[in-house]
Amino acid sequence: MAVVPAELQSTKARPITAALKEALGAGLLALGLSVPILALRTEQDISNRLVLQPRWNYVVIAVLAAFFGRLLYLMYAAATANRAPRVKTVRTVPAGLAQVVSLLGLVALILYPWIALSIVGKAGAIKWIDNFGIQIMIYIMLGWGLNIVVGLAGLLDLGYVAFYAVGAYSTALLAHNLGLSFWLCLPLAGILAAFWGILLGFPVLRLRGDYLAIVTLAFGEIIRLVLINWVPVTNGYAGISGIPRPSFFGLPFNASDQGFAAFFGLEFTPLHRLIFLFYVILGLALLTNWVTLRLRRLPVGRAWEALREDEIACRSLGINTTNTKLTAFAIGAGFGGFAGSFFAARQGFISPESFTFIESAVVLAIVVLGGMGSQIGVAIAAIAMIGGTEILRELDWLKDVFGPAFDPTQYRMLLFGLAMVLVMIWKPRGLISYRSPSIFLREKKKVRSDLVKEGHG
Amino acid sequence: MEYLAQQLINGLTLGSIYGLIAIGYTMVFGIIGMVNFAHGDVFMVSTFIALIFLMVLTQILGVGSLVIALFIVLILAMVLTSVWSWAIERFAYRPLRGSFRLAPMISAIGMSIFLSNLVQVTQGPRNKPSPSMLSDVLILSDGGTYTVTLSYKQILIATVTAVLLAAFWYVVQHTSLGRAQRACEQDRRMAALLGVDVDRTISLTFVMGAALAAVAGLMFMIYYGVVNFNDGFVPGVKAFTAAVLGGIGSLPGAVLGGLLIGLIETLWSAYFSIDYKDVATFSILAITLIFMPSGLLGKPDVEKV
Repeated sequence: MAVVPAELQSTKARPITAALKEALGAGLLALGLSVPILALRTEQDISNRLVLQPRWNYVVIAVLAAFFGRLLYLMYAAATANRAPRVKTVRTVPAGLAQVVSLLGLVALILYPWIALSIVGKAGAIKWIDNFGIQIMIYIMLGWGLNIVVGLAGLLDLGYVAFYAVGAYSTALLAHNLGLSFWLCLPLAGILAAFWGILLGFPVLRLRGDYLAIVTLAFGEIIRLVLINWVPVTNGYAGISGIPRPSFFGLPFNASDQGFAAFFGLEFTPLHRLIFLFYVILGLALLTNWVTLRLRRLPVGRAWEALREDEIACRSLGINTTNTKLTAFAIGAGFGGFAGSFFAARQGFISPESFTFIESAVVLAIVVLGGMGSQIGVAIAAIAMIGGTEILRELDWLKDVFGPAFDPTQYRMLLFGLAMVLVMIWKPRGLISYRSPSIFLREKKKVRSDLVKEGHG
Repeated sequence: MEYLAQQLINGLTLGSIYGLIAIGYTMVFGIIGMVNFAHGDVFMVSTFIALIFLMVLTQILGVGSLVIALFIVLILAMVLTSVWSWAIERFAYRPLRGSFRLAPMISAIGMSIFLSNLVQVTQGPRNKPSPSMLSDVLILSDGGTYTVTLSYKQILIATVTAVLLAAFWYVVQHTSLGRAQRACEQDRRMAALLGVDVDRTISLTFVMGAALAAVAGLMFMIYYGVVNFNDGFVPGVKAFTAAVLGGIGSLPGAVLGGLLIGLIETLWSAYFSIDYKDVATFSILAITLIFMPSGLLGKPDVEKV
């Protein structure tokens, strides 16, 4: 056994004791955080009295997790500390690759209902097309719509769900009061939502980023509260039901002789309607994407991105920031309105419950996590987040592990919130931070990432 | 007349709760220029901490005297809520200092969602009624048709708020910590050059805001007699409105704004429509930010290029 000099030993030992100390600190912190909230659960007993249920085992788990988590992290950090720091460069995705990926994604989306049908059969496909396919596509569309406002123009909008609500309620009210069909309501709902976007956008344009966020949040809540309380028009909490379903060129999806199935000589099944709805929302989402991509190349799109990077520089270059922001607000709101109109027609029933602040936060989370401004990133984030939460419903085997009272769907928003924080810390610009530039230099240069940090404007 | 007097008493009680929460918003905004979106949920966590400790003390340990129990609960709630706020700052906000400006805000929204759902998962989604206490009232004026009352709860809330605000005011104005805070508020880099530990000062700001939010949490629990995991969002937005109305960054402004919002909300519910009382608050928030962004007592925000 070789004799190790004392000073070497101490330098080796010191980081370990330091790491242990720090991990102990993390464990103590976890103890402090979890003591009342996690350790004692308040429950009402049979006589409606509140009693405490001790659950100290959860506290032990939390403390141990914090201790070992911190320790492992510190050891990992120490192991990688000696490596030479990598020079971060902006990664350039080969020009072909992005196109190939989006093309593959598009093909997968178009074939999705048929793949689902062939794998799980008719009975299972209803769930996969409705809960997964249509639900995810609605959020992709909302994400792309909000991406115009947040990702391209850099305006943090916490009230986006208001425009979704305007679209949904316009459709419901127009259909009920004027008897219009879905296909007439859809463009009208988009226009009305865009109009509301301008109306709400106009007074707030002078505000700075976080003030703007708070005011849009206030507007979103005001619209929801009005929907709840203006009972003669909106029917309050009870909501509006009996919204007409979309028809296929005038053919309704029902079992009647004039229905879609009878016309084409098919056997009637509710799947026809679902597959049709899937393609409708796919078309709407692709329209959003296409319009966004085209707008980015127009002067207004470039002005949006310039505005996001530095508002003061924009103003000094003579860009009309008011108009630029308003167009972003209006176009984003318009797409939110389309999505809302589709939502109303798909559900056949709407109530203010569907338009809470949490919905805005979910859509914002999708945009932020996907990488603000990246279309494909938003789509991936929507699939991961919404699909992930739908999959939580499927995890029945967890009940065998944690007991029958365990409901994985409860943890949906918990994980959502945590993911928002972690992604911000880990990758502040989102999972896919690469944005295809809309204008190119001929020669390719490697640019250090610290030269292209976001402006503070 | 009696009705109005009663509404004024109720409004000021509610307003002092909002004022206590608003101080947390206004101090954090003053020092790092960030809307601490999770502050409302920190307040909600403190209501649960207070409720659980009150139950432990009265049901399990059998502390007979309500005053002693409430005092211990107050201290414990202030300490543990501060731990929460400190941890949130350390984990979710500090790594983002120097990132792009919306990053801490988005992280705070995530934290807010996380906190309310954590409490929902661990404590259950139902309303939790707290044991009723201090429900005796003093009859101030018995005007025949309408009786004006002042409950012991309201006296307690007003006294505790006033005492803690005075203590807090002393800390900010007359201690080295307060001086460091005011220095960081003016110029963080210069303060660091002159030997102020900026990170520690910011942490302590979060801790102080959370301690006052915990006081508000206990008062809220005593006043309403019920807590819910959802109670962070709306009181949080209202307290933020109070901070904005009073002039964000200004401590007396936060208290003034809190009292005003409490009065406006109570009077609005009493004379117009209780359904639209939140609309009134949200509208005040929007109107203040649009037309009077520096609030009643705030300094105008000068943008330096």
